[in-house]
Amino acid sequence: MVFPGTWSDRDCAHAVLDVLQEPVRYIDHREQNVDGLELVILPGGFSYGDYLRCGAIARFAPVMEAVADFANRGGLVLGICNGFQILQEARLLPGALLRNASCEFRCEWVHLRVEQSNSAFTLDCRPGQVLRIPISHGEGNFFADPQTLDALERNGQVVFRYCAPDGRVTADSNPNGSVRNIAGISNAHGNVVGMMPHPERACEPLLGGSDGLAIFRSAIHALTRVAV
Amino acid sequence: MRYRAEVFVTLKPVVNDPAGLTIRGGLQALGFESVTEVRAGKYLVLTLDEADASQARARVDDMARQLLANAVIEDYRIELDPVGEPVAAGDASA
Repeated sequence: MVFPGTWSDRDCAHAVLDVLQEPVRYIDHREQNVDGLELVILPGGFSYGDYLRCGAIARFAPVMEAVADFANRGGLVLGICNGFQILQEARLLPGALLRNASCEFRCEWVHLRVEQSNSAFTLDCRPGQVLRIPISHGEGNFFADPQTLDALERNGQVVFRYCAPDGRVTADSNPNGSVRNIAGISNAHGNVVGMMPHPERACEPLLGGSDGLAIFRSAIHALTRVAV
Repeated sequence: MRYRAEVFVTLKPVVNDPAGLTIRGGLQALGFESVTEVRAGKYLVLTLDEADASQARARVDDMARQLLANAVIEDYRIELDPVGEPVAAGDASA
């Protein structure tokens, strides 16, 4: 998906097309449908300049109605960074992302603990597995009210938490102040996932690591499993 | 009637406000030690033409709910003032 101001679309396409050898189509924000697609990725960036709130304007792009239909029919949707913010503004995922507690833009490698392997994007992971993936954001401070948080935990919708290299969830390993160290969540069905870290930037050793591949491979696995 | 609507968007009291905390730190560093809390927000000014004040307020309220504020994290307050009749197109004599 490409909105005005999206910047990580080609990184995502590189990971899926060049690294994983799967076909890719760029979807323009003015398109009316996403027919024929198996997976929609909302990449990172600063859609519409992040004016008003991150993702607030992108939510009204013509294509978003088709994305919501696709998600509600069970289609796989991955929102990365700004894409996560857009999915929340579109109410496809709960909560909101506030300014980082440090008030700084953070661009660094972090460790993520996989909390559950039921979502379409963690099928190939095991709970407790630690992934090393970079973040690059100023507004990734996950927030939801306590009732919503408890519901997310109860339903197994917390997908990733920031952690230490050994998997311990600590305050020091939280780069942005996210409540309960939450780095990524899914919807109730597990077909829509939003995450602040950038798996597409961790798909080759040359880039410093390839742990991000597990997320894209999981989606491919999920698609082949449900293929009819 | 033409109206001027001011919309004040603020983070809900339960939401942490890193920008407000940083501004408070700056004020205290300047010697304004009496400042115990700062909350940062957004201020929007809209000009709109509606039949009457209640319709104008209802429209702005709709805008705030649909776009200007995010109900997950933000509250909003609207202040509305009439600013006179709309100027007809081409009537720029003033």
